[in-house]
Amino acid sequence: MSARRIVFTSGKGGVGKTTTTANVGAALAKSGKRVVLVDADIGLRNLDLVLGVEKRIVFDLVEVVEGRCQLRQALIKDKRLENLSILPAAQTRDKTSISELQMAEVTAQLGEMCDYVLIDCPAGIEHGFRNAIAGASEAIVVTTPEVSAIRDADRVIGKLTERGLPLRLIVNRIRPEMVRSGDMLSVEDVTDILAAELVGIVPDDEEVIDTTNRGEPIALSPDSRLAAIYAKIARRLEGELVPFTSLTAPGLFERLFGKAG
Amino acid sequence: MFEFFNRLFGAKPSSAMAKERLRLVLLSDHLSLAPDVVEALKNDLIEVISRYCEVDAANCDVTFERQDKQIAMLANIPILGMQRPKPPAPPPATPPSAPPGLPDGNAASAALATATPSAPDTAPAAKPPAKPGGANGRRRRRKQGVQGAPRPQPT
Repeated sequence: MSARRIVFTSGKGGVGKTTTTANVGAALAKSGKRVVLVDADIGLRNLDLVLGVEKRIVFDLVEVVEGRCQLRQALIKDKRLENLSILPAAQTRDKTSISELQMAEVTAQLGEMCDYVLIDCPAGIEHGFRNAIAGASEAIVVTTPEVSAIRDADRVIGKLTERGLPLRLIVNRIRPEMVRSGDMLSVEDVTDILAAELVGIVPDDEEVIDTTNRGEPIALSPDSRLAAIYAKIARRLEGELVPFTSLTAPGLFERLFGKAG
Repeated sequence: MFEFFNRLFGAKPSSAMAKERLRLVLLSDHLSLAPDVVEALKNDLIEVISRYCEVDAANCDVTFERQDKQIAMLANIPILGMQRPKPPAPPPATPPSAPPGLPDGNAASAALATATPSAPDTAPAAKPPAKPGGANGRRRRRKQGVQGAPRPQPT
């Protein structure tokens, strides 16, 4: 059976696409799925760095497409989870060095060897975006509760809908206390404006910066609250009905004693 | 503290402003219309409707929603009463210096024309119903399920 091929996209840069791709991938792998992460951001590769495999790159996506190596040779296996691999982007080439058809072929080939292919899409809606979605069977749109990110997400949703790709939304970097005080758009506002189904709510957490500095996805940190959240996203992708924790309505306990976890 | 007083005096939280601005800008993105054109459309709509009934202009909301490949316009215009604020300028009624012999029935029918159709016995200057029928004819935006049901998995 062919794998699910999910592209992570946002339109706007800097909303956390790469971090989200890496962590959802790690969470799925942790749950036992065979996962391949593809960095489609040719010329600006970063997924390798977020996962801490940057020193082990031998071949890249463009070299696979050009037939200079076998697909399997270019895949880097994660040292923590053996069922997690990454196909890195080329760093010294540009986005035109690969076509939509070639990308679709590589994605289909990867789909034969795993359960999930997660594609990290570059920012923008031009060539790199069209390549990244070429081989995908579904999409996750990552956005933050900011006007610019939401507008760009809307644009991307329009493009994905045109292509007939089913999509779901991850609202990233939400700050519950700001939502409560009316200083930040709530998750409901975002889903309402974008009219899209939600698959994850990820609160803003400084710990991500620390784990990314070390090249360890936070989804693999044992006691992190974000790890629990990414694990839930992985379960929702698997079709499980996992309720969303309300981030905006504090209970009495939380009000009295601070964060309740 | 400053914020508290701001809220107390009805200042809009910035998230509400963000939502409103996004609605407008996305609408113009979808329609390729400039935001001020959309605003003008909304104002014209309200103006036309208020020619026929009394409209709660402060709470009017005109939005557009994408439904698959179509865009639907949703106008939420609370109607306070069916009574026209002013009768449409009728042909100059009986001149003030009307001949005293004019039949009384004429004046009565003119008064009737300005009365609300639903409450013909109220005076033309009657107040709108105490409870504004704001919810009447409203179409609520479809609420997106936050607790989305699982999508059938593609094979």
